[in-house]
Amino acid sequence: MTNKLKIFLKGIKDVSPLMIPVVPFGVIFGVLAIELGFNGYTTMGMSIIIFGGASQIIFLQLFSAGASSLVILSSVGAVNSRHLLYGAVLSEHLSDLKLSWKIIISYFLVDQAFAVSNNYLKKNNDKNKHFHLFGAGVTCWIIWQITTYFGIILGSVIPDKLGLTFAIPLTFLALLVNDFRKIINVIVILVSGTIATLGYQIIPFKAYVIIASLSGLIVAYILTKMMNKKND
Amino acid sequence: MTNWFLIIYCGLITFFTRFSMIALLKKEMFNDRVREVLSYVPSAIFPAIIFPAIFLDSAGSIQIEDNPKIIAAFIATIVGIFTRNIIATIFSGLASYWFLVFVV
Repeated sequence: MTNKLKIFLKGIKDVSPLMIPVVPFGVIFGVLAIELGFNGYTTMGMSIIIFGGASQIIFLQLFSAGASSLVILSSVGAVNSRHLLYGAVLSEHLSDLKLSWKIIISYFLVDQAFAVSNNYLKKNNDKNKHFHLFGAGVTCWIIWQITTYFGIILGSVIPDKLGLTFAIPLTFLALLVNDFRKIINVIVILVSGTIATLGYQIIPFKAYVIIASLSGLIVAYILTKMMNKKND
Repeated sequence: MTNWFLIIYCGLITFFTRFSMIALLKKEMFNDRVREVLSYVPSAIFPAIIFPAIFLDSAGSIQIEDNPKIIAAFIATIVGIFTRNIIATIFSGLASYWFLVFVV
């Protein structure tokens, strides 16, 4: 077995346990897309072209609420910006790669692949170590496409009456579970949520998402500044 | 057809965020302040989706009374705080919602 294949398979093996929560997530996305009136091709297309859970679900929510394209695009951009940090961590391990490899890996770089490969990249210095990230990413990709497909099939069977669109706020709520115990996070959550709820009808183009998020970030900026001063 | 363009643009944004992480950004480019504020991005953006979807009715008016979503979201939050498990949080919320709508 070549070295590359070995590292690739190690990536698959390491990321596998993290695929368990991805399965229902992908199915939920597929079901929601169908419930919200997207057809199977568009739904599959989203999973292949965007390939990012939170981005895809925010797309569904805003699109079906009638948000303008600009609001949808900037929201997807904002959702992605939370990942900027960990890429900066990765770049030092991958700086010697060819551009074509950087492009391939960028497409496959999702949370789960990052989590396991970052550990591997830190500890190993093989020149083919990027195959670990590649293997982990491809695994996530395959699982995501298969579960989206199941969701599409399931979505056409599940009755609208179940109110499954409620899974959208629940999904995002679940992505915040680690932030509920920190006081600044809780304040930011309440500020953003309140502004979004009150601004929903008033703010044009459904830009309430952007206004609320920015307000939340400003509050976070002010609060962290105050905390840092206190600690000095 | 415009749907497809929008999806492709969203795909490009997602791709270039990831690409910039690998190819352009360096660790040193983020000072502690920027790093700290970026860590609050999920707490700032997700509630903007969560709250309206829970507190508003289908017409967009605030609905506090007789709203099973508020109770279900509250239960999901409690489950989330204690288990820190994404799937448990989603399904406890859905299960309580269905219980309140179809059983109670």
